[in-house]
Amino acid sequence: MFAVRRLIRFLVSLAVLVVASFAMIHLIPGDPIRAALGMNAPPELVAQRRADLGLDDPIPTQLLAYIKQLLSGEFGTSFISREPVGQIIVDRLPNTLALAALATVFALLVAVPLGMWAGIRTENGRNRGTEIGFTSTTGAAVAVPEFLYSIGLVVVFAVTLGWFPPAGRDGVISYVLPILSLAIGPIAMVARVARVETLRELSTDYIRLARAKRLPASRLYFRHLLPNTLTATLTIGGLLLTGLIAGSLLVEYVFAWPGLGMRMVESITMKDYPVAQAIILVYGGIVLVVNLVVDLLLAKLDPKSTIKEA
Amino acid sequence: MRHLLRTPSGVIGLALVAVTLVIAAVGPAIWGQEAETVNAAAALQGSSAEHPLGTDHLGRDILARVLAGGQFTVALAFLATAIGAGLGTLLGVLPAVLPRRAGRLVTGAVNALVAFPALLLAMFTAVISGLGAKGAVLGIGIAFAPSIARLTQTLSASVASADYVAAARLLRVPRWRIATRHVLPNIGEPIILNLTAALGSSLVAMSGMSFLGLGVQPPSYDWGRLLFDGFSRIYVDPMVAIGPAIAIVAAGIGFNLLGEALARSVARAPVGGKQAVGKGAAMPSSGEEPVEGAVLSVKDLTVTFPDGVTPVRGLSLTIMPGEIVGLVGESGSGKSMTANAVGGLVAYPGVVTAGHMSLCGEELSTLSEAKRRKLLGTSMAMVFQDPMASLNPALKVGGQLAEVSLVHQGAKRPAAWARAIDRLRQVHIPDPEKRARQHPHEFSGGMRQRAVIAMGLMGTPRLLIADEPTTALDVTVQRQILKLLREVSAEAGAGALFISHDIAVVSELCDRVVVMYAGRVVEELPVADLVDGASHPYTKALLASLPDMETDRDKPLASIPGHQPSPADVGEGCAFASRCALATDRCVERPPLTRYDAAHAVACWHAETRKAEVAIG
Repeated sequence: MFAVRRLIRFLVSLAVLVVASFAMIHLIPGDPIRAALGMNAPPELVAQRRADLGLDDPIPTQLLAYIKQLLSGEFGTSFISREPVGQIIVDRLPNTLALAALATVFALLVAVPLGMWAGIRTENGRNRGTEIGFTSTTGAAVAVPEFLYSIGLVVVFAVTLGWFPPAGRDGVISYVLPILSLAIGPIAMVARVARVETLRELSTDYIRLARAKRLPASRLYFRHLLPNTLTATLTIGGLLLTGLIAGSLLVEYVFAWPGLGMRMVESITMKDYPVAQAIILVYGGIVLVVNLVVDLLLAKLDPKSTIKEA
Repeated sequence: MRHLLRTPSGVIGLALVAVTLVIAAVGPAIWGQEAETVNAAAALQGSSAEHPLGTDHLGRDILARVLAGGQFTVALAFLATAIGAGLGTLLGVLPAVLPRRAGRLVTGAVNALVAFPALLLAMFTAVISGLGAKGAVLGIGIAFAPSIARLTQTLSASVASADYVAAARLLRVPRWRIATRHVLPNIGEPIILNLTAALGSSLVAMSGMSFLGLGVQPPSYDWGRLLFDGFSRIYVDPMVAIGPAIAIVAAGIGFNLLGEALARSVARAPVGGKQAVGKGAAMPSSGEEPVEGAVLSVKDLTVTFPDGVTPVRGLSLTIMPGEIVGLVGESGSGKSMTANAVGGLVAYPGVVTAGHMSLCGEELSTLSEAKRRKLLGTSMAMVFQDPMASLNPALKVGGQLAEVSLVHQGAKRPAAWARAIDRLRQVHIPDPEKRARQHPHEFSGGMRQRAVIAMGLMGTPRLLIADEPTTALDVTVQRQILKLLREVSAEAGAGALFISHDIAVVSELCDRVVVMYAGRVVEELPVADLVDGASHPYTKALLASLPDMETDRDKPLASIPGHQPSPADVGEGCAFASRCALATDRCVERPPLTRYDAAHAVACWHAETRKAEVAIG
């Protein structure tokens, strides 16, 4: 039942997103075509473009045409390069997704054990030093945006040390710095949540009982503790993945990564509206899908979370 | 403020924010001139003594531009935050004010938008309003609104359910007035705390937009724009990009750390409770020999915490095979701490000392770690108060039982599971094969407690420690569990320590009763003698407070006046004296636990004289 309700919510959000992306071009003050082509463009060309895009039709007709287009996988044509936008997305989306997915996996693999370790070490106010160090380091790490990590990493590891290529996508090694830039902030964030969850679970009666059973540490922590800390950690992980998709925009820009984000920045700067519109729609769609998947996954993992939702 | 300065992160945050704000305030006045001075001869220089961060394409000093640009950067962040806060608070309070349906619509929209990354929303508005600071600030402000709205909603929901708001509703105060007079003032503080962190995020987000070339446009400049300009030269002169980058990092970290420190100083909740920890073994000290043949023999058990709290004071206890000993006392008397100490589960700062503490004749403090683990893991079983909480919700019940055999008895998986199923059957769980494969949430409360008891039977239990095992259960289920405990103890020939605040339950189940008060044993006697033979005034008071069939329902229930002293301020004398009708000057001195016969011991000056009187008379 939860799944059905959640699916309906997803469809409503998707509809709102489509309408918003459609409305975007109409909300631009003045004539977007004139703005895109520049003041010196001949009026015939402007009129021609307007007609091509159907901008002179009544709004409801245009919206219908837009939705029809989307359903048939058509996203229009770039003002500047005249490429079909659908092709741009097909070419570039995999590069963006690869970056985001690898960074998420890397972040979770590092952050969960790190947070658990910190939690176990600082239980009951033990090791104050570790606690202070952990919270201030992660607190600071969270506050630094991805693009500054990228710049720092480029300066140190690409420009100064020359270990990694400073930009572009060329082989496995070119993934290292972008993934690191994307993952550091999420690692700090998830590690914090994992620590708090660990502390909370450590004080439960079932852990007390598991300890009374004198289980070895590995069994106690990995079998009894870990599964119970995962729910909250994955919730944050889901939120994080959507944030990471947005962050990848900036990181792609720093590394001149041939992904969607890089292209979106270019298109906004050059007022290439069809491209910007389509890419924003794609990004929004990805965010909605990720949120949907995370929620459904959580419902499956932890039946209690759906009750809370209702 | 003092709280803030207690943690290094608070100090660092405060310092960074102070520096940022000072630079923002005085920057343009001091460095503004230099930042605008064009010097074509010095264009595009790298770092040098004269220009630590180099110069830009017009030969302007970048350090001066960073220092002068702080004001604009910070101002934009404040503006974006203000937009987000205003819009967010409005959206957040709306559901409380609007009619129900419209309110739910707003809540739904906010929930959907919260999950949407701020940067994407900012891009959206940037497309609409064109490149420039205005569009970016508006976009970031709007993007922050949903999360602030969510916060406002959660907070106002908690305030809205408060009694004074309910009262205002009853008095037909208009909704809008309730929102502004009652709700907003009470949620202002947490919102402002969150805005500190939001300021950092806006500053960083705004810098990001400018860095992408979508924010501030020349000739204006903020830190993000300076970074944009420097970025193209990063391979040649890294300093030109590092300067503005450091400024953004420092300000972002500062606001974030300060926001966190502020939030912490408001909600100073202790992290974690004082609960179980694996260590906490008894420290060896001189003591008498353990009692021969006892499953548990403890002498002078004391538990202290570094802050001087001593919940258990010199407690001695012996449990023979098959004997069920009841440990009675009010909450705070040290009963549960005694159980934890015997089980080796006292939390980290706590220190356990004992003259001796031996389980099945083995002195625990001299055993090696491995041997102690095995002895405690197989010979001692523990049952806690809340069966809902004692089983791991993520693991199958059968697996949680089987692992005892896997770990301590070296059993293989099928054998361990078979034993688990057999034990579940032994505690009368119907259809144990099926039940073993279920998760705890599919069990009822009584069944979970049975499963926990079955878990204790996986080894060869010699001692069963049950800490209020029936308190959280229905009366009928209580009876079944008590019966089961007696059965288990009789069958396995195990001794049991049964901890309860309920002297009636204890008198029903146990062979012997030990009464605790303020960390000490005040009386110890066979259950058979409880009604007629109890001689400590506290035990008598406990018995007197029990309602029975003859209790006059019209009179208030008997209770003991006064309070038990907390473990931190137990004095020198008899701890019960302040509540005792018999107390005299002598009670300033603490009465020792004096043994009258093999089974009966009392710690009371007056009990002694009365016993003597009885003996003479």
